[in-house]
Amino acid sequence: MLPKWFDKWNEDNPTNIFGPAILVGVLGAAVFFAIAVISIGNPAQTASMQTGPRGTGMHVAEFNVARFAPDPTIEAYYTEEPYVPEGGEDLAKDIYENVQVLGDLTEDNFNRVMAAMTQWVSPEEGCAYCHGDVDVEEYGNDDLYTKVVARRMIQMTQNINENWDGHVNANKEVGVNCYTCHRGENVPSEIWFNITPVTNATAGWSSVQNRATSLSQSTSLPSNAMEVYLTEYEAVNVHDLESRVAGVPNDEDVASIQKTEMTYSLMNYFSNSLGVNCVFCHNSRAFYDPEQVTPQWSTALLGRQMVIEMNQEYLLPLEAEYPAERLGPVYADAPKAACKTCHKGYQQPMQGLNVIADWPELATTEAPVYE
Amino acid sequence: MYPDYQNIFTQVQVQGKPEWGMDDQGNNMMEERVGKPFFSTLVGFFGNAQIGPYYFGWTTMVAFATGIAWFVIVGFNMLAQVGWSIPQFIRQLFWLALEPPSPEYGLTMPPLNDGGWYIIASFFLLISVMTWLLRAYLLAEQHKMGKHIFWGFAAAVWLFLVLGLFRPILMGSWSEAVPYGIFPHLDWTTAFSIRYGNLYYNPFHCLSIVFLYGSVLLFCMHGGTILAVTRYGGDRELEQIYDRGTATERAALFWRWTMGFNATMEGIHRWAWWFAVLTPITGGIGILLTGTVVDNWFIWAQEHHFAPMYDGSYGYEDYGTYEAFIGKEN
Repeated sequence: MLPKWFDKWNEDNPTNIFGPAILVGVLGAAVFFAIAVISIGNPAQTASMQTGPRGTGMHVAEFNVARFAPDPTIEAYYTEEPYVPEGGEDLAKDIYENVQVLGDLTEDNFNRVMAAMTQWVSPEEGCAYCHGDVDVEEYGNDDLYTKVVARRMIQMTQNINENWDGHVNANKEVGVNCYTCHRGENVPSEIWFNITPVTNATAGWSSVQNRATSLSQSTSLPSNAMEVYLTEYEAVNVHDLESRVAGVPNDEDVASIQKTEMTYSLMNYFSNSLGVNCVFCHNSRAFYDPEQVTPQWSTALLGRQMVIEMNQEYLLPLEAEYPAERLGPVYADAPKAACKTCHKGYQQPMQGLNVIADWPELATTEAPVYE
Repeated sequence: MYPDYQNIFTQVQVQGKPEWGMDDQGNNMMEERVGKPFFSTLVGFFGNAQIGPYYFGWTTMVAFATGIAWFVIVGFNMLAQVGWSIPQFIRQLFWLALEPPSPEYGLTMPPLNDGGWYIIASFFLLISVMTWLLRAYLLAEQHKMGKHIFWGFAAAVWLFLVLGLFRPILMGSWSEAVPYGIFPHLDWTTAFSIRYGNLYYNPFHCLSIVFLYGSVLLFCMHGGTILAVTRYGGDRELEQIYDRGTATERAALFWRWTMGFNATMEGIHRWAWWFAVLTPITGGIGILLTGTVVDNWFIWAQEHHFAPMYDGSYGYEDYGTYEAFIGKEN
């Protein structure tokens, strides 16, 4: 088939072609692969956000950029611009019975808010979820617990937008409304209940940790961190602010290893709730140092104070209102909120969507201001 | 075809009549050896093909008995914590732990269910480890060996004693001791560093890391060097120490030309021993100083001028936007 001179030349010049062939093959494949990655795109694409000075390693890394696809609940978000009153309209408190909140709204705006709330909280059950299956004339009754709770939640939302501006509008106007937590569900996801002690075989510190629970974020860290730090103003910090201080671990103001683990558990919950890591707020070489934290540290600090107030003033006192199936599985305690109840794993809830722009009624405890 | 010295497994196996060890002192040493020796070709790929006999003197018995007591106490405490459920015990094994007492008990004996079992288990572990240390000494003496292995193990025991005995006593609380659990002891390690302002600024921790990584490097350099000159008889290291042959010459030349200096056939073993031994010795000193002498290592490092401050802003706003990060910005 091939010319005889070719076969003869090959016989006379035996050469090992495997070495060069492998070399050329490997190099060629590498070049091909490099071109493919550049032109088609890197399948293992990452993104990172620098959060501190160069040399400190401060950055938030995202290894799964598919997570940057818009939060699917954003698309389902319902909103409607307010009807700016012209003055002189009758107000809801004059028209309807037993209007304890939102009474200063015009009828149009009152019904607009009510309609939106059904979209946000009970899209399937509609008005009846809170008002019951009754005539509109009887909507003033407080027969159902859902209505009593909803009223308190409106007050809570107004309080958050009005008094916790530093947290919910830290970067820009974002605010909160019912949908921030509920996302179309009767009961928001990522609420929590007390579960400690996790074992009755032990007492003290060994009874609140070393179990994979939802409250320990499946770690072996203490499961009581949220109960201690998010319903009470217990100090979270554990560091000494001098290189040497007196005291032994059983002194009240000397933080023990166990207390440190509890703080770590809370901080780990913060991280998981926002999809960030420690260095989003801290320079991890000196966690305590206020000169080496990011502005987000202050936002988070305010967030913790806000959650404590929400739990203490609004959520815990509602315990008597709930039916048994809404209470906690272990202690029948009221459902409580924390970072993830709003954030749902995102740095900003609904990736920074402004949910208060159309809802001046929910932005203030006073009569709403329309612009 | 591969030359037979290019292999990750041991290439030379000796199998024959099992070696029972010496019994020429008239002191009935054979009585303390148990197990009928046999040969395993599989084991021979990794080391000596002969398995057994095993030395089972009084130190072995005490160390085993107390060690098993510790192990069983820890295991049954874990089992009790999951309500004696074997499936849950297996499922949560890495999460479970026998924890030291709560801080309020200080150095007193706490109730059994709040660290009391921990104290009892630790007592057994202490006896077990110390007896095992003694065993290493006595065995070396019986073989008329140097006590290098005993001292090496003693260095590790030093760190063990610092963590579980010396430091808790100096701190005035057993609660400072390390839990017996897979993940929980890692939680302790993290919390220990965080609580005391970042252990990486503890100079003895720095030294310990240097010796640990240095040990790894030296181990690799030495193993690689000896395997590389085995073809010239370099694996006969003891002979090469006092009768240096071409293997030693080549290995020495390689390293001298690589870095201007070389260890000797004897010296490399002293390097390796000291690096390994200094790892827990320096580490133990660092642990012992933490919370007793220094409470915040980062501030200590600032006071001693080796924690630099960085120029630049904190917070992503100075480097980019959230919208750009999540790909919402055009």
